[in-house]
Amino acid sequence: MLKGLISLIRLSQSQSIIRRYFVVNGFDGALTMFGLILGFMLSADVHIPSVINVCLGAAIALAVSGVSSAYVSERAERKLVLRQLEDAMLADLSDSSHARAAAFVPIVVALVNGLAPLVISIFIMTPLWLNDAGFLWVSAPLWSSLCIAGLLLFVLGVLLSGVAGIPWYLSGLKTLAIGFSTALLIYFFVGPN
Amino acid sequence: MANVCRLRLDVLKPHKPNAYDFALALSELDHTWRVLLEVLEIDQSTESICLEVTGSHIDYEKIQAKINELGASVHSIDAVEASGISSIK
Repeated sequence: MLKGLISLIRLSQSQSIIRRYFVVNGFDGALTMFGLILGFMLSADVHIPSVINVCLGAAIALAVSGVSSAYVSERAERKLVLRQLEDAMLADLSDSSHARAAAFVPIVVALVNGLAPLVISIFIMTPLWLNDAGFLWVSAPLWSSLCIAGLLLFVLGVLLSGVAGIPWYLSGLKTLAIGFSTALLIYFFVGPN
Repeated sequence: MANVCRLRLDVLKPHKPNAYDFALALSELDHTWRVLLEVLEIDQSTESICLEVTGSHIDYEKIQAKINELGASVHSIDAVEASGISSIK
């Protein structure tokens, strides 16, 4: 089954789209969590269970938005491409692997687009959960989460380095710099309370 | 039962799968068959290819079904070599 799915992805040349969606929405997830946690850090009273609820709510919303928007747009695009191919071939391709790719690839793309921010958010929220569960060695859960968010921004940049053909550390530092810029903007507009 | 040992088809296919993957997919139908694929003409979305299958007991229906599954269609059967004596009893 996995082999079949890979061949459908190859046939529809979707590898780059899947990679792009993973990075774009993963980046959205990491930066959203980064901003939320920083906002909480700049607030006076921080109640960890509230932070968890807010972050989890945002992560779920990002996932649902990612799945639904990617599915709707990819399905429409794939149908259009299939129709154009049918016109060029002067044939009905509904029983072909192209039709199967048009049906299955949007599901894969949508899942990647939705799960990327959810999984990344869950990683970032891990210190919060551990602290809330009584693992008090996680003494600075917000700082820990912020560091994980920064690390994941760096990793997403590293993942892109192969595509862009630039050194991995430079690509990682670029995405990390975006995180720092976001932090500065948040600090400027929110300020410490 | 007649034994078809060579079949040449004129096929119209989309660019994907490419000629390599297309020939590979057809050769997987029967490991005793040899597949020769030649691209004759390339258009904006399609390619005209000449497909020659050699071997023993070549099954045209099986080949056509696979060609259709790959999104291509047979334009014409250009050559067939067959013998009337079955090699396997």
